[in-house]
Amino acid sequence: MGDFIVNTAREQKEMCQAIGVETPSDLFNGLPEDVRLTAPLNIPEGKSEAEVLSLIEDMADQNKVFRTCFRGAGAYRHYIPAIVKNVTAKDEFKTAYTPYQPEMSQGILQSIFEYQTMICEMTGMDVSNASLYDGASAAAEAVMMCRDRKRKTIYVSETVNPRMREVIMTYATAAGAKVETVPACSDNTTDLEKLESLLAEDKEAACFLLQEPNYFGRLEEPQIAEKIVHEAGAKFIMACDPISLAVLKSPGEYGADAAVGEGQPLGLPLGAGGPYLGFLAAKQDMMRKLPGRIVGETTDHDGNRAYVLTLQAREQHIRREKASSNVCSNEALCALTASVYMAAMGADGMAQVAQMSASAAHALRDALVEAGMEDVTGGEFFNEFITASKVPAEKIEQACMEKGILSGLPLDENRMLWCATEVNTPEEVAKVAAIVKELAEGGAQ
Amino acid sequence: MKLIFERGGEGHRSDFLPKNAFPEVQFEERFQRTEKPALPEVNEVEIAQHYTQLAKQAFGVSNGMYPLGSCTMKYNPKVNEEAASLKGFTEIHPLQPAETMQGVAAMYATLEKYLLEITGMDHVTFQPAAGAHGEFTGLQLIQAYHRARGDEKRTKIIVPDSAHGTNPASAAMCGYQVVNVPSNEKGGIDLALLKEAVGEDTAGLMLTNPNTLGIFDENIEEITSIVHEAGGLCYYDGANLNAVMGIARPGDMGFDVMHMNLHKTFSTPHGGGGPGSGPVACKEFLQEFLPGRQVVCEEGKFRFARQPKTIGSVTAFDGNALVVLRALAYVLTLGREGIPQAAENAVLNANYMRVGLKDVMDVPYEGPCMHEFVASAKTIKKETGVAALDIAKGMIDCEMHPPTIYFPLIVDEAMMFEPTETESKESIDRAVEAIKGICAKAYKDPEELHHAPHHAPIGRPDEVTAARHPVVRYEVKEEE
Repeated sequence: MGDFIVNTAREQKEMCQAIGVETPSDLFNGLPEDVRLTAPLNIPEGKSEAEVLSLIEDMADQNKVFRTCFRGAGAYRHYIPAIVKNVTAKDEFKTAYTPYQPEMSQGILQSIFEYQTMICEMTGMDVSNASLYDGASAAAEAVMMCRDRKRKTIYVSETVNPRMREVIMTYATAAGAKVETVPACSDNTTDLEKLESLLAEDKEAACFLLQEPNYFGRLEEPQIAEKIVHEAGAKFIMACDPISLAVLKSPGEYGADAAVGEGQPLGLPLGAGGPYLGFLAAKQDMMRKLPGRIVGETTDHDGNRAYVLTLQAREQHIRREKASSNVCSNEALCALTASVYMAAMGADGMAQVAQMSASAAHALRDALVEAGMEDVTGGEFFNEFITASKVPAEKIEQACMEKGILSGLPLDENRMLWCATEVNTPEEVAKVAAIVKELAEGGAQ
Repeated sequence: MKLIFERGGEGHRSDFLPKNAFPEVQFEERFQRTEKPALPEVNEVEIAQHYTQLAKQAFGVSNGMYPLGSCTMKYNPKVNEEAASLKGFTEIHPLQPAETMQGVAAMYATLEKYLLEITGMDHVTFQPAAGAHGEFTGLQLIQAYHRARGDEKRTKIIVPDSAHGTNPASAAMCGYQVVNVPSNEKGGIDLALLKEAVGEDTAGLMLTNPNTLGIFDENIEEITSIVHEAGGLCYYDGANLNAVMGIARPGDMGFDVMHMNLHKTFSTPHGGGGPGSGPVACKEFLQEFLPGRQVVCEEGKFRFARQPKTIGSVTAFDGNALVVLRALAYVLTLGREGIPQAAENAVLNANYMRVGLKDVMDVPYEGPCMHEFVASAKTIKKETGVAALDIAKGMIDCEMHPPTIYFPLIVDEAMMFEPTETESKESIDRAVEAIKGICAKAYKDPEELHHAPHHAPIGRPDEVTAARHPVVRYEVKEEE
């Protein structure tokens, strides 16, 4: 059995003597008799490090690692430079907690300040918080922060990632807030005429959330949406893939009030779903409504530049039930990961990742159409698109799996949502197209 | 210390990717970004140096004693990190077909089984990403239960005044009104006041036990039955589970739902403020409301299933899988004997430190504490003007992390110490000696402590100006 208790039995005994008890278990004598366990826990005996690792390796072996991945839908495989993993493995970052004591936490505080700046640069916003749990919960926090006494209804486009929409709905249901879904057009973009008519009838509209590129990979018309939303006096929030922002217009350029998104593409592994990174940034006028930690710059008494947790009057440990959110722990190490990734890539490297991802996706689309699938995306897309096929989606998924390829995500019986990134190669594209072609021809016979 | 934006310069970069093997895509002009983001321009060498220097100005559990009360800063075993770096987990897409992620399912199912045994509960969801997120999720289960029964009048959540700030904040996120119940002179819940507070409008009670004073409430069973009799449910904030794991179980004390902090009790690293994981465990009758999907085992195969009356989802996928994996490695390592031993040693260390400090500081609540205790600088402050904050800053000069200060709110000049089981007797002795030295200095040279720390990278920062005139990002200067 392994344990991490330094003290020997002799030392423990000395400590007991100092306290004035016989054994450590005497310290629990104040517990009510009938809540104390009388039998040992029914879990296995402790194991050595070697045994533990071997057991977990067995579990890892029961997972299929796909060499080729054409699946996105909210989680993306990008190349992660070695330096990213090296920096975030440092114990000083990894084993610290929230920097409550600024004098001994300048390294962490400064890294968060740098993260906030990079997120502001990517999104075109003025202020970013220090991170939230994931993109979906960040979007929920973002729409909830737009509500006030007069404006209560939250509008969300149907083209927003359904998982993000579900989390928004869950947060809203808990708080008793109303959420309206703005339907999609047949081209898989938001029905902006419908948005306009919905908002015209609602004086209580708080905000509208648009995803760009949307769940189906489509590029929306944020500049039109922005006018509609602001004319109705509501806030305009955009959910974005941070990689796409290296080449596509930022929420700031579109005039959005806040930007949110899933930061996982910024150097975090797929990791079976987490930990990921929710980013949330906003314009200056919303600064004091933001949930979560924010780091600010100041000086110490000698005039040296210093960083501190700031605007804490928003937060739960000060305001309790009146706080802007209950967030305490966030995803600091994931935010550090994203910072190192963005610094390593730089603006040009990020643009390269974005361009290569879009290029690969467009080549994949062409190859799949050539192989007999129909492109039903409906128009311009970034690095995800939808196909339809007479061959059932699950059959395609299965055939790809047998060849070590994780296909696009089946959306229903016939439609699939495909994704490509800079890690995909022409050989992989050709391979998946050949599988699809074989199935299509087989099905036609 | 330079910001990363102030390092490097125009053209500094590293190449990590091959040339694009596909034809370039040209987006319509109206979609194209016009203003290039001003990210740092640095080479990998400069990045390595920058973050190594930042790391020198950070302090983690591996740097030394970190007795931050209620945060359980125990050692983070390195085997956990090794487990969490296996490609068989890091390269798994969360939306892979279930048959290709049987190991992920096995991980959740195995840790669920152990956590249920440790807590005395019946079901778990791993979706919440942190403790406060777990509170929010657990309260929604309570809310869904009352709503499903058509019991709409239950609009209040009872929270003791010793609770963490997240408790009332989580209740408010569920639209609940918060009813504060004062503690009695022993630091527990005042039963008479609790009886007055409960009623037909009580949705539930949130209780941290042992509480933030480090006290296990001796009336715990009576407390839960008072709430149940009024028709409310009982929520156990598992932030302090480290004190009682393997010793007593919330499920046996009458609690209906609870969260655990895998990043406290189960040794996963705190990451400078996250990521954590805040799984929520509940009794059978609340299972139908659980969020996300649960792992189900059928004929030796795992699949994922949704609950019929689910509250929805609180994160996009199944949970912080790589954090859960670390916690599993920890429970496997400690096992049946190691779990209660960890709790016993956490309590032993806290009491040893409490006894060591009681001659120099006020310790308002007598008798054995659990895993943490609250000392107070009230007398020192009265006699010397040196406050809890000054003592904490003095500790920084002794190369240890200060305790949680000014919390819980019900103790003046509070200093909340939680050494955890992974500190040695020697390091506690050293910490006690250092604090004694600081207290002695308070009487000799209070001025020096008012200006501490003296040996940290910075002196005390001006937090007032930071909040009044917030500078929350670096303004990247245009090149002339």
